[in-house]
Amino acid sequence: MAKNIGRAIYRFLDERFLFSGLSAFAKKKTVPEHKHSFWYFFGGISLFLVGIQIATGILLLLYYTPSIDGAHESIQMIMSQVKFGWLIRSVHSWTANILIGILFIHMFSTFFLKAYRKPRELTWITGFLLLVLFMAFGFSGYLLPWNELSYFATRVGADIAGSVPIIGSWLKTLILGGPDVTQATLSRFFWFHVAVLPIAALAVIGIHILLVQTLGMSKPIGVKESKEIPFFPDFLYKDALGWTLILVLIGVVCVFLPWEVGKKADPFAPTPMGIKPEWYFTFMFTTLKLVPAHILFIEGELLVILGIMAGGLFWLLVPFLDRRAAREKRSPAFTWIGLFVAAYIVVLTVITYTVKKL
Amino acid sequence: MNKQNLALLVVLGCLGLPFAAFGQTNSCVACHGRLDAELKAPVDAFAQDVHGQFGLSCRDCHGGNPAADDADKAKDKTFKGAPKRARIPEFCGGCHADAAKMRSFNPSLRVDQLDQYWTSRHGRRLKAGDTKVAVCTDCHGVHGIQTAKFPKSSTFPWNIPQTCGRCHADKDLMAASKIPAGQLDDYKAGVHAAALFEKKDLSAPACNDCHGNHGAYPPEAGSVGGVCRQCHPSAGELFAKSPHKKAFDEIEAGECEACHGNHKITPPTNALIGTSEGAACVLCHEAGSKGYAAAADLRKLLDEFETRTAAAGALLDTAERKGVEVSEVKFKLQDVHTTLISAKNLTHGLAVDDIRKTIAEGEKALDEVNAAGEKALAEAKFRRRGLIVATICLALVALALALKVRRMGAKKA
Repeated sequence: MAKNIGRAIYRFLDERFLFSGLSAFAKKKTVPEHKHSFWYFFGGISLFLVGIQIATGILLLLYYTPSIDGAHESIQMIMSQVKFGWLIRSVHSWTANILIGILFIHMFSTFFLKAYRKPRELTWITGFLLLVLFMAFGFSGYLLPWNELSYFATRVGADIAGSVPIIGSWLKTLILGGPDVTQATLSRFFWFHVAVLPIAALAVIGIHILLVQTLGMSKPIGVKESKEIPFFPDFLYKDALGWTLILVLIGVVCVFLPWEVGKKADPFAPTPMGIKPEWYFTFMFTTLKLVPAHILFIEGELLVILGIMAGGLFWLLVPFLDRRAAREKRSPAFTWIGLFVAAYIVVLTVITYTVKKL
Repeated sequence: MNKQNLALLVVLGCLGLPFAAFGQTNSCVACHGRLDAELKAPVDAFAQDVHGQFGLSCRDCHGGNPAADDADKAKDKTFKGAPKRARIPEFCGGCHADAAKMRSFNPSLRVDQLDQYWTSRHGRRLKAGDTKVAVCTDCHGVHGIQTAKFPKSSTFPWNIPQTCGRCHADKDLMAASKIPAGQLDDYKAGVHAAALFEKKDLSAPACNDCHGNHGAYPPEAGSVGGVCRQCHPSAGELFAKSPHKKAFDEIEAGECEACHGNHKITPPTNALIGTSEGAACVLCHEAGSKGYAAAADLRKLLDEFETRTAAAGALLDTAERKGVEVSEVKFKLQDVHTTLISAKNLTHGLAVDDIRKTIAEGEKALDEVNAAGEKALAEAKFRRRGLIVATICLALVALALALKVRRMGAKKA
C-alpha cells in the first residue's frame, strides 16, 4: 500500500520535474579514478561547507542586530544566552575559515593537475571568482561582531583599498560608506554579507557545478588509467565520507575553541598593536609591510597593490596562457609558478604570525 | 646715468644680495657653531628649544648684537652673557614674571613661578646664599628647554622623578643639607611609580604633585593628609570622621603617611590591616587591647571576602578556558571587586558596621557570580558530552560509508 502511494507521488513529481531524466543522467555519469582522485573531493567538501554556512547564517540572522549599538551585544547574547547559539556561531565562524582553506587547496590542486585546460577554462574562472567572493564574505563578516580587532582590521583593509590607483578613494568610500568605519559601514557590510554576496555566490556556484557536471572531471595530463566509477552512488559515498570527517573536525574545534566575542569596538581608542586582517589576507598585508616605502620613484604600497592586481589577473587567465597544457603536454613552467605562489602564500602567512616586529 | 652704468649697478646689486643676507645671520650661532663641544652645545640644543619656537633668539636673553660679525662688536654694552647661578631665577623671571611680556608669547602660561620659587625651600636657601639648591635651569635645562607637555621634556610627568632625583638621589649633595637621598628609590618601589611608569598613567602623582612645582616644599605632618586628599578625597573624608583623626593629631602622626608611608607607598593590601607582621595597626595597638582585637576582626572579614572573590574569579576563568562565554558574569564580578575596594576604603573611617553591610551586599552579588560560574562549568561538561555522542554517531556513519565504499571496490574488482 505504502509502496504504491510512494510510486504514485514519484510519478506525479516526475511528470512535472522530469526526475527520470535527472536520474538517467546521474546513473550514466562517471568520474575518472586514478592516483590523484583524492584531490577531487575538495570541491565536494567546499560545497558541503557552503551549505553549512547558509544554514548557520540563516539561524544567526534570528538574533543578530546590525547596528553599532547592538551588534556586539547581540553576538554576546547569541554566545551566552541563546540555546546552542554558541554552537551555531562557532560553526559559522570556524567553517568560514575552514572553507577558505579548503578553497585554496581545491584551487591549487586544480592548478597542479592542470584541470583548467581546455575546455574547462570557464570552470577555472568561476572557481577563481568563488574564491574572491568567499574572501569578500570573510572580509564583510569579520566586521559584523563589531569588536576591536575586526573594527581596526576593517580600517586597515579599507586604507589599503584606498591606495588602489585611480579608483582608490572612490573604492574606500564605497566600502566604508564614508571616510571612516561607522554605522554606515556596518550596514553596508551586513547588506553585502547577507544579500549581495549570497546571491552572487549561488549564481556562480550554479554555473561552476553546471560546468563540472556537463564537462565532467578532468583527467591529469599523462594519466593513462581509464578506470571510471559511477558518480552516483560510488563517488557520492566517498564524498559523504569526507563531509562526515570534516563535520567531526568542526565539532571538535567549536567545543574546545568556541569563536571569541572580543572586546567591543571603541572608535576613539588607539589602534591596538599588531593589528592584522584574517589569515587569508595576511600574505598580501605582510607584503605591504615588508616592501620599502619607495622603490626607485614609485611608492612601495602602490607597487605591491599593482603587483597583486597583476598577479590576480595572471592567475585568472592561466588557462589561456598555459598553451602547452591546452595541447595535453606537460607544462613545468606553470607548475613552478604555482609552487612559487603556494610557497609565497604559506611563508608570508607564517611570517605574519611568527615575526613579532614586522 | 647711461644704460651701461645702470646695468652694472643692477648686476652689482644682485651680487651683493647674498652678502647683505649674510649680514643678517645670527653671529652668535655662526661663531658658537664652530667652537668646541661645551661652547657649541647651546647652538645645538637651542634648535629644539621652546623659546626658539616662539621666535626668541640668543639676544633676547643674553643681549649683545648678533648682527655684528666681529665677536668684540657682537658683545657690545648690552651683552649680559651667562648669568651667575644665584641670579638665574631673576634672569628667567625677567620675562616669566612679567605678565605683559608673557601675554605676547603664551598668554595661558602662569607668571607667578618666580614668586612661588622664593617661597620654596630651594628659593629660601638660595636667598640665604646656598647656591647648590635647584634653580630654574636645574629642572628645565638651559638651551634645550621643552614644555612640560613634550614627552622628552625633563618636566614631563614620567621624567619628573628622574629630574628631581638628579639632586635628591645624590648622597653627597644631600649630605650637606642633611636630607636623605633614598626618596627616588623609594618612590620607584611604590604604587604611584608603577602607575606612572608601567601603566603610563599620567595622572599618577610624581614628586611635584605632592611637593609642588616652583613652590616646592615638603608637606608637614599636619598637611600630608591634605596632599593625599587631592586624589583620594573619599579616604580623607572617612578618616577625618574616624576616631583615628583625633588620636593621630595628638601624637602628631602624619595621617595617611603613618600607615601608608610617604615615598614608598606599597599596594594597599589586607596585610596593612590586622595584627600580623607588617600590619600598620600593631604600630599603635598593643596585644590585648580593644583596638588590637578590632583590627584582627576587620582583617578576617576582609580576607574571607577577598578569598571568596578570588575563588569566584578562578571559577569563571576555568569556565572561560573551557570555552563558555562568561563576559557578562565577569562584569558582575567586577562589581564585587568594586565592593571589595569600597569595603577596604571604609576601613579609613573604622565604621565596622558599614564595612559589614558593604561586604554583605558584595556576598550577595558573589553568590550570583558563583551560581553563574557553576552553570557555565555544567554547560562546558554538557558540550563535551554532546561532542562525544556526536563524534561517536559521525564515526559510525563514517565507518559505514567506508565499509560501503570498500565493498563497492571489492565488487568491481
